Amino acid sequence: MITAPITLLSAALRERRLSSVELTQGLLDRIARLDPGLNAFITVDRERALADAKAADAAIAAGRAGPLTGIPVAHKDILATAGMRTTCGSRMLATYTSPFDAHVVEALARAGTVLVGKTNMDEFAMGSSSETSHFGPVKNPWNPECVPGGSSGGSAAAVAARLVPGATGTDTGGSIRQPAALSGVCGLKPTYGVCSRYGLVAFASSLDQAGPFAQTAHDVALLLNAMAGHDPRDSTSLDRPGEDYARLLGEARGVKPLAGLTIGLPREYFGGGIDADVGQALDSALAEFRALGATTVEVELPNAGLSVPVYYVIAPAEASSNLSRFDGVRYGHRAATYGDLTDMYRKSRAEGFGAEVRRRILVGTYVLSHGYYDAYYLKAQQVRHLIAEDFRRAYRTCDVIMGPTAPTAAFRIGAKTDDPVQMYLNDIYTVAANLAGAPALSIPCGFDRNGMPIGLQIQGNYFAEARMLDVAHRYQQATDWHRRVPAVAA
Amino acid sequence: MSWETVIGLETHAQLSTASKIFSGASTAFGAAPNSQACAVDIALPGVLPVLNRGAVERAIRFGLAVGATINRRSVFARKNYFYPDLPKGYQISQFEIPVVQGGTLTIATGEGEKTVRLTRAHLEEDAGKSLHEDFHGMTGIDLNRAGTPLLEIVSEPDMRSAAEAVAYAKTLHALVKWIGICDGNMQEGSFRCDANVSVRRVGDTRLGTRCEIKNLNSFRFLEQAIEFEVRRQIDLIEDGGKVVQETRLYDPDRHETRSMRSKEDAQDYRYFPDPDLPPLAIDDAWVNRVRAELPELPEAMKVRFEARYALPAYDARTLTASRELAAYFEATAAAFPGAAKLAANWVLGEVSAALNKVERDIADAPVSATQLAGLLRRIQDGTISGKMAKDVFDAMWAGEATGNDAADAIIAARGLTQISDEGELARIVDEVLAANPAIVAEWKAGKERALHSLVGKAMQATKGKANPAQVNAILKKRLGA
Repeated sequence: MITAPITLLSAALRERRLSSVELTQGLLDRIARLDPGLNAFITVDRERALADAKAADAAIAAGRAGPLTGIPVAHKDILATAGMRTTCGSRMLATYTSPFDAHVVEALARAGTVLVGKTNMDEFAMGSSSETSHFGPVKNPWNPECVPGGSSGGSAAAVAARLVPGATGTDTGGSIRQPAALSGVCGLKPTYGVCSRYGLVAFASSLDQAGPFAQTAHDVALLLNAMAGHDPRDSTSLDRPGEDYARLLGEARGVKPLAGLTIGLPREYFGGGIDADVGQALDSALAEFRALGATTVEVELPNAGLSVPVYYVIAPAEASSNLSRFDGVRYGHRAATYGDLTDMYRKSRAEGFGAEVRRRILVGTYVLSHGYYDAYYLKAQQVRHLIAEDFRRAYRTCDVIMGPTAPTAAFRIGAKTDDPVQMYLNDIYTVAANLAGAPALSIPCGFDRNGMPIGLQIQGNYFAEARMLDVAHRYQQATDWHRRVPAVAA
Repeated sequence: MSWETVIGLETHAQLSTASKIFSGASTAFGAAPNSQACAVDIALPGVLPVLNRGAVERAIRFGLAVGATINRRSVFARKNYFYPDLPKGYQISQFEIPVVQGGTLTIATGEGEKTVRLTRAHLEEDAGKSLHEDFHGMTGIDLNRAGTPLLEIVSEPDMRSAAEAVAYAKTLHALVKWIGICDGNMQEGSFRCDANVSVRRVGDTRLGTRCEIKNLNSFRFLEQAIEFEVRRQIDLIEDGGKVVQETRLYDPDRHETRSMRSKEDAQDYRYFPDPDLPPLAIDDAWVNRVRAELPELPEAMKVRFEARYALPAYDARTLTASRELAAYFEATAAAFPGAAKLAANWVLGEVSAALNKVERDIADAPVSATQLAGLLRRIQDGTISGKMAKDVFDAMWAGEATGNDAADAIIAARGLTQISDEGELARIVDEVLAANPAIVAEWKAGKERALHSLVGKAMQATKGKANPAQVNAILKKRLGA
């Protein structure tokens, strides 16, 4: 029971067939048993979780329960949590505790969720494998020798191993969707501005967006309902009427529930470069969508090939500035010994940051430098507009765009650590949505020859989250890829 | 060989908002270190800036006051550099597109009025303070000032002397106070100038290499620093040297500027638009509302004073040095219409002198405009002489009487009423003539000054209460002059 999706747990809690304390205790036991082999968590706080659960049970007993009351969740360790350390997977912040909650943390707490702990991640969310964490790599529950994807690999692995039914992540270039794909769970990056970035430790401010992980599209919708909403503390948070992202899921539509849906298939995504197994899983999924009533149409995203280079200019540029505050002066790591002020900066930052973070700070500093700004940063911003324009044009002829989330299933730990460019190419299908600020979702759609999960990416126009989740939900009603559980978690 | 000095000023005016430009922390001066630094000011992980619209509104007010363009879309950028009192590792400022562009300021110089062009004015946040004393060889950091809103006002290089630069700074200082965007407190750093100074040979149209003198927080230091720097540059060139572009600091104790960093050491600030802040949009409605709320500006008020009160240009300009002084004058003139020049003389004379002596602002003057008008009325109607009026004024200042009729009360209490009765004065004059035959003889012998002596005697006899003009006239009549 405790490994069921949120929708079922929620019903059981409200019908008092299960208490939140029982559920939380059960999951804490699972974490204690399984996480040593996965390293999905950086911090687990049993006492706090059980206290939250007790409060949730009281709320349920008092008839004040919402759909998420009593549901245990975990937050990516880049989201600030008052009273629980927020490390960003870095030595720099290994002992840092925030005095305040991130907006999405606060929102999920208000919705009655139980905070179990903080999940492991690539250092400062820079990576596609969750190997760069100061707290060691996260293992893929489907095969501990493989990566779970990244940067939100801890959250993806925790949901995949059924350690928690839902978790948060952040997605700057695919950091929710790619680990969702590689770990066999659902993950959504909302439209930029839907979830406040307040308390999300910034990597690349114009791209960062928090979003949920869960077993099903329906669960994702419930979590997003709590996380979304205007927040005056974030000037890029959108002030628009609230919506129920699950509102379309209950509509009765018969055997062709997706009749009228046009799925765009970008020519650029289906050329070479896709792993054969991934391609095959995709074809099967598309066949299923057609069976559900959808039609497919070829679309063009002519600048798609520029996404990765553009992303790897803009994201490091913003990161180089965002990470300047980690200087050892007010908080965070400071070198034990140093000479003058410059020496303190150098040593503290060299010791506090890992190799990938240092690399991106260097790249970002370079592309913003006098004499290079126009050629790199400014040009990248111009191409970014073209990429967004590609999507706008495509959505004139289709409702959603589908394709692979990642070019391959999970690779082995260490396989790409020496080749940053190979690592960056994992983001080839995901970064465009961040550059455009548009929503995108990954759901499980099959397995490769090694039994590793494959993800289907569903992209939509701005604010199309409800429709995208409906499309995913209808697919999940007809298939069971999302119900498959890794052996370790069975 | 004669030289021309070229000066442009960059002025940081601290905007008078209650809270900081990107956070809700207080901007009040003088609190215990770091007691007014919130999570945003300390740059804790995950915090974000939220723009204070009050700061924007003040920038708009300034732009309208100097006839500048208010950019309907301006952009906040990050200026990246490491320093312990800069918590984020970058300062949020406006770089490519400032909120205010252009505009002019009219200043009074020795050669008459001059128009100084403004380049721009942009919003930015202040940094904190590094405290190098009292920490046993370590440096303390106070972030109370971090995030305080500043308007950086940049002039074109239109000033040609230290005196002009000071006149510009003073006019700007008066204006920002006038329109209520800055308290102008220079001791607390609310208004500070950087001066860009260069010299060139007279007739040369190209600008010389400039040096920037940083953080001049008094008009006196501004003047001294520029004068020293001009001398230094001229001496350097005349000795065959070359001015190196650099930033210099003024040492007021040694009266000299010292090199701080050269252009070669200049940092690459890696400016780029701040992704945390959408472009600042200002619509016409906002600008129009600010325009409607704008007070009458000093320049317009000066012109009005000249026309309405028939004041000389000098008086009108001096009276409009501050809004409070101008208001005091207008209240005085309104309480006693028809004697505006007399009112101007008193406000700029006795009142200002008395205020200067006790270093008080006009707003705190113990003599109200209505009380002053009451005094002026008694001068005008001949009740008291100008000399007596000064005594009465001093008595009012000292609080000898209160209320709107304080002057009359003091005149009555001290028995100061001037003797203007023709018959009584004639009797006094006759007594004086009878008692001083020698002086009368001198007069008759053609000594003009003898008449003054006789007037003096009459004044003496009445303890100064006689109307001197009337005494004069009666004397002349009696002497057949």
